[in-house]
Amino acid sequence: MTQLKADHLHKDFGGLTALVDVTLEVKSGERRAIIGPNGAGKTTFFKLLAGEHIPTSGRVYFDGQDITHLPVHARANLGLSHTFQRNNLFFDLTVFENVRLAVQHHRRLAWQMFKSAGSYQAINEETEKILSQLGLSDHRQQLARHLAYGQQRSLEVALALATEPRALLLDEPTAGMSPAETAEMAKFIESLPRSLTMLIVEHDMDVVFSLADRITALHYGQVIAEGSPEEVRSNPMVQEIYLGTQSAVKRHL
Amino acid sequence: MTSLLANFRRWQFWLTLIGLIALVIYPNVASSYLISLLTEVFVFAIFAMSLDLLLGYSGLSSFGHAAFFGLGGYILGFVARNWTANMFITLPIVLIGSALGALIIGFFALRTSGLSFLMFTLAASQMFFGIAIKWTAVTGGSDGLSGIPRPTIGVGDTVYRFGTGFQFYFVALIFFLIAFWLMRQLVHSPFGRALIGIKSNEARMKALGYNTWRYKMMAFTLAGVFAGLSGYLFAYFNRHVSPETFYWTTSGQVMIMVIIGGAGSLTGPALGAVLVRLLPSYVSSYTERWHAIMGLVFILFVLFAPQGIIGLLKKVGRVSNSPNEP
Ligand SMILES: Nc1ncnc2c1ncn2[C@@H]1O[C@H](COP(=O)(O)OP(=O)(O)OP(=O)(O)O)[C@@H](O)[C@H]1O
Ligand SMILES: [Mg+2]
Repeated sequence: MTQLKADHLHKDFGGLTALVDVTLEVKSGERRAIIGPNGAGKTTFFKLLAGEHIPTSGRVYFDGQDITHLPVHARANLGLSHTFQRNNLFFDLTVFENVRLAVQHHRRLAWQMFKSAGSYQAINEETEKILSQLGLSDHRQQLARHLAYGQQRSLEVALALATEPRALLLDEPTAGMSPAETAEMAKFIESLPRSLTMLIVEHDMDVVFSLADRITALHYGQVIAEGSPEEVRSNPMVQEIYLGTQSAVKRHL
Repeated sequence: MTSLLANFRRWQFWLTLIGLIALVIYPNVASSYLISLLTEVFVFAIFAMSLDLLLGYSGLSSFGHAAFFGLGGYILGFVARNWTANMFITLPIVLIGSALGALIIGFFALRTSGLSFLMFTLAASQMFFGIAIKWTAVTGGSDGLSGIPRPTIGVGDTVYRFGTGFQFYFVALIFFLIAFWLMRQLVHSPFGRALIGIKSNEARMKALGYNTWRYKMMAFTLAGVFAGLSGYLFAYFNRHVSPETFYWTTSGQVMIMVIIGGAGSLTGPALGAVLVRLLPSYVSSYTERWHAIMGLVFILFVLFAPQGIIGLLKKVGRVSNSPNEP
């Protein structure tokens, strides 16, 4: 069953065309990687799905519902969650507080006005659980801004997961991480439930090929290839674009 | 570590208790002038804390908070002069009236943010000022409404009247304590944390599913209600309400209280109210230039203690505690 559908999406930024006629369907539970060189339009595509941008033309569907003009928060509440390529955290709050904000909303407790936030055991336990899943437990009292970069990346993913989404958009979750951290994060993403629909933008081709069921390649805002990892790997256009530009891909192709 | 924390809690408890006892004894030993001075401080502390909900917790720079201070005062003035001064009746009317005022202004103001929000709230309060001056039949024009009767409470024939400054001191004290307690609960609640999240990073709050507009509307309305309450008390206290309560200088003064006291701490703005209301009465007995001196104090705080009085206190506390710290 199709969970997420982009229908002839087009996005202009002033004079610059970032996406051209992108159509794409992702099945429920599928893991889809979006690849493409810098500036190909991957982040723009995610922002159209998540509601951070509104398309110039075209439609977005989630579970068959037209969400093209739904605001970001309403999409999140439908179960479509996303992370940001550039860390977008509550930098002046503690790690615990960051995750708690996500959990208390998801548990529908964020309108409570009298009892102290700390007194909700269900929120505390859920928050601790997510922190430990992402290896952040020891940093719970640190301000997000004081975390190492890789840990901030993990917190970025923790926030998106804390809303218990049905579909998750991950924009370069391992960007800037050390090789060890990248392996750790890849393992974690791999371990997420198979029922979770996942779209991932990733430059690390090891991660892409081990994780994805299907891959879509973007170039200058257009889909130039789509298919199983093997099909995309052997696609001549993909090979040509990546040849010499990104050694990591070249090694794999 | 836990014993340190327990010590701190105990220390805080005793300090609060001693403070409360002192506040109860104070009017019994102080002159009526000093009693009225502190009564006024309670009123402005509520006003300052209510602005802190916006400025310090939600990141909403309102420069028109006087709109609700004045609104509370004028509604009370109108009701008390034309109907009854019974607080059982006047209080709910004023709270509902301020809430409606805040809902309407907030509905439009919260479509903007940053500097436009600041200008919009300023314009709204100046509009109220204009109405207060022009709509003479209801507002008394530039004279305002005078002869507001002293507050009473009671049902039917059993009515108690707070007829003296001494008695009204306790009315103000009790309202201050209740308002402080309610706002404290609020900022520590999940809702209060959500406001802090919006101040910290509104875009991320939306990505988590928060309809941030609704949260800001609620914060703006609650802040308006507490500001209305303080204006209500101020009108009872003066037995008079004037258009100046709506004027931008009133908004400016309460903003200074919040910034000098330390935004985002509630206690800080309450202390800011103490400083800003008490300092002039001391300084002006020596010099006429207290406006200039107040301005200088403000600039010194902004430059050298941007966290305000509460930030200074915390710094002093840390230094004196440092040998104990792990
Ligand atoms: N808000 C914006 N305003 C104007 N142009 C933009 C904006 N966002 C993206 N662009 C442009 O759109 C094009 C696609 O950018 P996008 O960020 O989607 O690429 P990307 O595939 O995510 O690249 P990267 O791998 O570097 O993250 C680029 O040319 C970029 O400069
Ligand atoms: Mg990108």
